[in-house]
Amino acid sequence: MTKLVYFAWVRERIGKAEEEMTLPSSVVSVADLLNHLKTMGEEYETALQFPDVIRVAVDQEHVEHDEPIGNAREIGIFPPMTGG
Amino acid sequence: MSSKVEPYIRVQREDFDLQAEVDRLSTQTSGIGAIVTFSGLCRDEGGKLAALELEHYPGMAEAEMSRIASLAIERFGLLGLTAIHRYGKIAARENIVLVIAAAPHRQAAFDGANFVMDYLKTAAPFWKKEHGKDGSTGGWVAAKDADDAARDKWK
Repeated sequence: MTKLVYFAWVRERIGKAEEEMTLPSSVVSVADLLNHLKTMGEEYETALQFPDVIRVAVDQEHVEHDEPIGNAREIGIFPPMTGG
Repeated sequence: MSSKVEPYIRVQREDFDLQAEVDRLSTQTSGIGAIVTFSGLCRDEGGKLAALELEHYPGMAEAEMSRIASLAIERFGLLGLTAIHRYGKIAARENIVLVIAAAPHRQAAFDGANFVMDYLKTAAPFWKKEHGKDGSTGGWVAAKDADDAARDKWK
């Protein structure tokens, strides 16, 4: 099981802050994961329709979309950051 | 030459005390000749904004701030680095973020604080949502290309 955590408007559009799921073995990269999530329903499709503005962290470290997710315990999905 | 300098990192709901944080840094470290402090405040946007709601990724926010702070310590030879970022609802004119960089001389302290803020804005997992004075919940603040450009100048 992998824990997915969502923040800001990604969280609002998906409609939940976190969930656990078993990812299919075809999901290798971050891009694969985002494509997989988009098949899970309209709210996911809406949240992730512009992958260019989606940021992903694997086990709380930033990763690019072409990187593998490996044996991630926790994957964070969120918009570009606006702190400071 | 120097032993490892550990940054002081806090992610907290409550406000911070600028002088107390400067004192904490300056009284614990010898050799400091320059301290630069940066405070980021919630703009009132011409009276239209009541507050910002700051959301963060617990755990990762602290980890990213520590990572960025350590990069700055190494790169500029800082003697101390404090970074405090608030979360939750922050009213207009209240503090959001504090960065204190201490060094033997001013240039490293200025650059260290500047570097930390430029990276923090683009890599620390915080997000701002606007609350209008008229009671409206505005949108999420959009990331600015200018912030990416500011960060990239350090590369």
